Amino acid sequence: MKNQDRGFRIGAHIVLMLLSLLAILPFLLLIIGSFTDNAWAIANGYSFFPKEWSLKAYQYIGQQWSTIGRAYLVTIFVTVFGTALGLLITSMLGYALSRPELPGRGIILVFVVITMLFNGGIVASYFIWTQVFHIKNTIWALIFPNLLANAFNIILLKNYFENDIPRALLESAFLDGASELKTFTSIVLPLSLPILATVGLMSALAYWNDWTNGLYYLSERGGSQYYSVQNILNSMNNNIQFLANNATELAKAGMSGADLPSTTVRMAIAVVGIIPILAAYPFFQKYFVKGITIGAVKG
Amino acid sequence: MNKSRKLRRYLPLYLMALPCLIYIFCNNYLPMFGIIIAFKKLNFAKGIFGSPWNGFNNFKFLFTTQDAWVITRNTVLYNVVFIIVGMICSITVAILLNEIRSKTAGKFYQSAILIPHLMSWVIVSYIAYALLSNETGLINNSILKSMGKEVVNWYGEKRYWPFILVFVNQWKGIGFSTIVYLSSIVGISQDYYEAARIDGATKWQQIRYITLPLIKPTVITLLILSLGRIFNSDFGLFYQLPRNSGILYDVTNTIDVYVYNALMNNNDFAKSSAASVYQAVVGFVLVLTTNGIIRKVDRENALF
Repeated sequence: MKNQDRGFRIGAHIVLMLLSLLAILPFLLLIIGSFTDNAWAIANGYSFFPKEWSLKAYQYIGQQWSTIGRAYLVTIFVTVFGTALGLLITSMLGYALSRPELPGRGIILVFVVITMLFNGGIVASYFIWTQVFHIKNTIWALIFPNLLANAFNIILLKNYFENDIPRALLESAFLDGASELKTFTSIVLPLSLPILATVGLMSALAYWNDWTNGLYYLSERGGSQYYSVQNILNSMNNNIQFLANNATELAKAGMSGADLPSTTVRMAIAVVGIIPILAAYPFFQKYFVKGITIGAVKG
Repeated sequence: MNKSRKLRRYLPLYLMALPCLIYIFCNNYLPMFGIIIAFKKLNFAKGIFGSPWNGFNNFKFLFTTQDAWVITRNTVLYNVVFIIVGMICSITVAILLNEIRSKTAGKFYQSAILIPHLMSWVIVSYIAYALLSNETGLINNSILKSMGKEVVNWYGEKRYWPFILVFVNQWKGIGFSTIVYLSSIVGISQDYYEAARIDGATKWQQIRYITLPLIKPTVITLLILSLGRIFNSDFGLFYQLPRNSGILYDVTNTIDVYVYNALMNNNDFAKSSAASVYQAVVGFVLVLTTNGIIRKVDRENALF
């Protein structure tokens, strides 16, 4: 019996090790690809073992930093601003809904939950955001559609405030004359840091990785100054010359389109896009796993 | 008097609730009214409300095309395969992960398998390109050539894509669903296994008669939830991975990709709005149906 258990366990280690490699190696290929010599890559393809290495792709990114650096700033701004604003309005609504005595609470809850069941579809959303709110080709296009708040997070925070914060604490604060806002900011929020971190992390990842809002709401002519890193990557997928097309940028850098190390630079920009996530992953891993687990409880 | 005092007492809470409610109204409710676009002959100069009505003609245009059938078939069939394959793979991996006694190793495996889930589909499509590209792909250059085989035009051959899409979907999603199942498996009391071992049950018997039956509620809930979403496809997977290659549409086009291309690339508002509403309405019916089933099976887990 003992032997059989051990055999099973060794088998589990082997399978999981292989799966881990399968998950990690493709990213290694991406990274190695970005350090490969462009001509070698064209002749021999991307490889784990290139014979000629080069930093050209990154030098090129350095020269194009006015474009890529701006995209980076856009990504950071959108992620920080969107996550902060979303967390703020979500937790305020969650707090109001966590109070059973609030008149009209049931109606507001139904109003929120209906959005989990029905939506108007992509085309209707597109027309509302572009024709009513005119966000096409503005920075708000990356922040407002879909990502700012959702029913799921509202319910999650409402349940936490309702079940995990002792009611007596709120009552004693009110007795001391504290206002709702004061109670919310100085008692409720500090006691809810774990759940706020989890929800905030999920939201930040969604903002960092989003490319669909840019695809729908930023056009290549007119909106490309608001491209995030993901949007740049997406545009280069369709058109590797996307960076090179930017004629004024090229003139400033003193390069022509032919100098573009196109095969390796696309990998380098992808690496630039994933490095912050990979670097931060060990620190947020705990909250990320927690986010998935609580997310699974209710859809 | 009483009423105004009540209002004054709760006014701060209503004010706090307001911003998010306004956002939900703009982001989720206005598009519900926007559905009327599907019944209009859209004219940009006249705007949404000024455009003339068009009855069900937009839906007629859509359903007389071959596309309507292809995108419905692809969306539903891929989802069915994803659900079945995903369930088998992630339950297996969760059971294996649960066997690992070393904390460091367990955490390493779990973290590694989750990495693809952290990345956007754009990044994944870059990785796929590095592997599959005709000229510079690793598979053609390093593997097929060295084995003396013909290179394959991956982005031009339909028959490989069902497998590629299922595989990549698993690769990206397995870490996520494994954690969901694992959290259900670790909740099982060790006493059951102890008793089974004393009775001489083999590992396989323990899995078959203890683990699987006890995670059945989780399996059923997740199954029903994914059935409710069977009309939705992952736009990133089907748009980014095949690089929107027209030759592959027959096996890669889903409702979401179709709506995007019709709206943004072909300016075909009639068909895109019809397809978008078709998806929203059938999706709604599916959610209601599956929720009804959950209520019958297991009231606790019903959404409403």
